Amino acid sequence: MVTTTPGRTPARRAADATTELAVRVRGLHKRYGEKQAVDGLDLDIGRGEIVAVLGPNGAGKTTTVEILEGFRERDAGDVQVLGEDPAHADRAWRARIGVVAQDSRDRAELTVAEEVRSTARYYPAPADPDEVIAAVGLAEKARARVRGLSGGQRRRLDVALGIVGRPELLFLDEPTTGFDPQARRSFWGLVRGLRDSGTTILLTTHDLDEAAHLADRVVVVRGGRVVASGTPDTLGRPEARTPVVSWTAGGESRSERTTAPTALVARLAATAAGPDGEIADLRVVRPTLEDVYLELVSHEETDR
Amino acid sequence: MSATTPTTDAPLPGAGRLSLVRAGLELRQFLRERDAVIFIFAYPIVMMAIFSTVFGAADQGSAAQGVEVDFARYFLPGMIATGVMLTSFQSLAIAIAVERDDGTLRRLRGTPLPAVAYFGGKVVLTIATSLVQTAILLAVAALAFDVALPTDPGRWLTFAWVFLLGTATGTVCGVAFSSVPRSGRSATAVVTPVVLILQFTSGVFFAFYMLPAWMQTAASVFPLKWIAQGMRSVFLPEEMVVLEPSGSWQHGATAAVLVAWLVAALVVGVRTFRWRRRDEG
Repeated sequence: MVTTTPGRTPARRAADATTELAVRVRGLHKRYGEKQAVDGLDLDIGRGEIVAVLGPNGAGKTTTVEILEGFRERDAGDVQVLGEDPAHADRAWRARIGVVAQDSRDRAELTVAEEVRSTARYYPAPADPDEVIAAVGLAEKARARVRGLSGGQRRRLDVALGIVGRPELLFLDEPTTGFDPQARRSFWGLVRGLRDSGTTILLTTHDLDEAAHLADRVVVVRGGRVVASGTPDTLGRPEARTPVVSWTAGGESRSERTTAPTALVARLAATAAGPDGEIADLRVVRPTLEDVYLELVSHEETDR
Repeated sequence: MSATTPTTDAPLPGAGRLSLVRAGLELRQFLRERDAVIFIFAYPIVMMAIFSTVFGAADQGSAAQGVEVDFARYFLPGMIATGVMLTSFQSLAIAIAVERDDGTLRRLRGTPLPAVAYFGGKVVLTIATSLVQTAILLAVAALAFDVALPTDPGRWLTFAWVFLLGTATGTVCGVAFSSVPRSGRSATAVVTPVVLILQFTSGVFFAFYMLPAWMQTAASVFPLKWIAQGMRSVFLPEEMVVLEPSGSWQHGATAAVLVAWLVAALVVGVRTFRWRRRDEG
């Protein structure tokens, strides 16, 4: 490894105290055989922020997150998570992070309450297990065996186990897969509540609606690098954000991108409206995060 | 830790206490898998019943040399040895391979649970199941098969150290071997034949003195032969030592081989243990 990892000298600890970054990544590289999975990735996550990392499959998201979690070694780059290098993480550091991984399918013979309570005991200052169970909506299932849970309940248990240690930094990997819309909404409320109590959250998701609702900032990863970063409302090039006004005039459908849709509609009302004063098929569409994301990703593809 | 992180002001829970937490979970899970409980405790007894019924008429030993015992008594030491191997080596190798495959280990790795507490829980479970299994086997042998159990404290001392050292070696070998199966699904298929072959060649199902010399030599490399031999020295009459290929119970060699396996498996296990599936890199 070509990383530089200064020890926890007093100076370093003082630097930790002043830095407001929960995660700081510079020039991260990771190669699997011929494939460069992560190729010079930079990432900053401020304390108390919810950051969503988006990107197509194979973009390097999972590899990056696993390096941050201390599960995987890197080839090069500087990584600081809560002021420490995850590659040399100790128990005290582990007590400060929470991991909700994808694809956990352990079929324990334990009950939900037993799982959450025992996990809480691994941590120095855990939350009340029963409150956590209630917060993820599993109070009615507290005495049910884990193996009998549905996919969505299982996922909520994963989240409960990830947050019961009251982590400063929480990794959520596609947390709402298998949730029904109502459960998803209440889960978003739970995540916002965590953020409001000071938890930093790194969310990876394919659900752009989720990213738009939850994230303070969205980071798009492609080809092992960050290709765009911004709030869900400002991500992408300005023109990608420009509303589109579409209408039908003379049996022909037309559309126009404009930063002043109201003015355009007023103009159309004067010039293109029918005898009843209506503009046929009038629509004003503001691009969603999904539109912007797809444009970003396909834009990158044509670049390559 | 720095004082700016209030959640870490509380001390981390100690590894000893967490080992007990894990042990409680392991025992609870084990007892809830009723099929496994029945299999583990009943298997040596059922095997002993079958073999004693089939071969019950033929005493084991050599009438010419004046050393003969009935089959159940001859069979008991091998069954104790195989029980130790099943509850330690086989159960652990399969259980850990499954827990690696289904993400349990990965999840635990993401918590501040120290590795030693995870293994501590496994060790407590192994000792508990081995003790209960052996106790049941001894009781059934004495009450149902009229096997005379030794009364000499020296023999029970031998029993104690062979049992403990055998269980410890089997446990560590099981942890190390758990990395061999490629998935949880293949774990049983990979581990079971190893155990079966050792059982047939180590004097568990067949009397060791009847095996060909080359098979005796091959089996002598592995721990099960030595655990079985140590148990024979406890439960068979002293004069039956003449049937041992070496002409002695070889307690020194037994201890040496078991300790060698314990240390080797510990080194290999520490170096190769994985918290995640192979396909996760």
